Amino acid sequence: MIKIDGLTKRYGQHTVVDNLSFECSTGEVLGFLGPNGAGKSTTMKMVTGFVAPSSGHASVCGHDIGSDALQARRKMGYLPEGAPCYPEMTPRSFLEFIADIRELSGEKRKQRLDEVIGRLHLEPVLGQSIDTLSKGFKRRVGLAQAILHDPEVLILDEPTDGLDPNQKHEVRQLIQSMAKDKLIIISTHILEEVEAVCSRVIIIASGRILADDTPHNLAARSRYHNAVRLTAPDAGSIDQIATAIAGLPSVSTTESDRQQLSITAIAKSGCKDAEVLRQVSQLIAEKDWNIGGLQLESGKLDEVFREITGGAHA
Amino acid sequence: MNMIKALFRRELRSYFATPVAYVFIVIFLVLMGTFTFYLGGFYERGQADLQPFFSFHPWLYLFLVPAIAMRLWAEERKTGSIELLMTLPITAWQAVLGKYLAAWAFTGIALMLTFPIWITVNYLGDPDNGVIFAAYVGSFLMAGGFLAIGACVSAITRNQVIAFVITVVVSFGFLLSGFPMVLDLFSGWAPQAIVDGVASLSFLTHFASISKGVIDLRDLIYFALLIAAFLYANTIVLQWKQAD
Repeated sequence: MIKIDGLTKRYGQHTVVDNLSFECSTGEVLGFLGPNGAGKSTTMKMVTGFVAPSSGHASVCGHDIGSDALQARRKMGYLPEGAPCYPEMTPRSFLEFIADIRELSGEKRKQRLDEVIGRLHLEPVLGQSIDTLSKGFKRRVGLAQAILHDPEVLILDEPTDGLDPNQKHEVRQLIQSMAKDKLIIISTHILEEVEAVCSRVIIIASGRILADDTPHNLAARSRYHNAVRLTAPDAGSIDQIATAIAGLPSVSTTESDRQQLSITAIAKSGCKDAEVLRQVSQLIAEKDWNIGGLQLESGKLDEVFREITGGAHA
Repeated sequence: MNMIKALFRRELRSYFATPVAYVFIVIFLVLMGTFTFYLGGFYERGQADLQPFFSFHPWLYLFLVPAIAMRLWAEERKTGSIELLMTLPITAWQAVLGKYLAAWAFTGIALMLTFPIWITVNYLGDPDNGVIFAAYVGSFLMAGGFLAIGACVSAITRNQVIAFVITVVVSFGFLLSGFPMVLDLFSGWAPQAIVDGVASLSFLTHFASISKGVIDLRDLIYFALLIAAFLYANTIVLQWKQAD
């Protein structure tokens, strides 16, 4: 359980995190989303106690990070941005050091070390100095360190940054497999990641919360929510089909792409789920068009993200 | 205590995982030997003691100990590993002590490796080994003093060169605080009590009496307080950086 109350960080005149408040609990995977410089990392640094807030409080499992820092940190695993490690150490000695600090001993220690080494596929590089490892391995050493003591709360700052698509997939699977009995907060600017792993999204920009919702509901804010996209048979018929579809009662407008031969029918606001799809397919059957493909859009998260954070970029 | 032990072990192993340890020890021993035999006139004096050896320790430490101390915190800040370290369930005191003790133990190892000079002087004559032992203790304490200054300065910056230069300057001030070049800064305006106070801070004066074989409680307390004060300042700097 994490409770954040009025968290604020100012550097001189510049407010990086502005009166942030939210709560989250076990079982949630909270995606912290925002443009670069939005205050994601600073918020995480304050929750883990690396940076002291200018004002406000954060508590982890009931332990205030300011006044009861040690207890709070015992409950947490943290992967800082860029996964810093001690470059001259080997993954084995580094993880053993973390196990010492986390006060793991005996059978439990051995079992946890074996488990994280196995889960993150670190066996081949255990004896090599971290300095010489590839970015993917370094990141996995950082993740191993964060989950070694099986913490209740896991805070991961850009856990998949710099990984290749296979490694990204693996890390996401790891996060999902741990999600049930933990509270996981990840920061990212990769939208597909949010859709893949998060049960809740907080979008922040300029240190303020702009949206706090499930990925599904956020996508539903998109104008493409419930839109239908179809592929026209040839360039000649594209306008004719688009005009006919635009005339349907549930469709507000259409967008055509001549290169891809695609037409997107955008739903009128407030119309029922899949209503556009029903009407469009009916129309296709009536007119007997030779349509290449037909699909229902759930909404585009990146479009919603741009719309919500647009002010921060302008 | 276990935390300090874990931090201590990690730090000390790190010295020997890089060339730093070996380069430092070799240079330390070579310079010690050169100074003792050439500048100190070890043979020419014709006396069975290690006075020429120990008299150069303050000056060697002035440059070599800041080189060890500069990386203590500045490197952690540079690589970002400080964020990892300071979000582990340890207190600032444990981190400061663990790191400091490892660095001090490392200089202790380097100092112990000068044992051939002790064997040499025992082979050549019949020195007072009690005096030599006392001087080793004094030298180790003085190295600890330099190191504590360096650790504190290193926490202020992420730049190791800056940490080195500032540490050398501050250490130089402490080394010579009993001498006119430092005292003249104060004698013009400050009351005599302050001038005397500054004069009594001198590393050289306190080391000189120990290295003559006189282990005076006041000298031991002096180094202990100096080390404690700078390590305390070190934790303050860390907390101040956290709020910054």
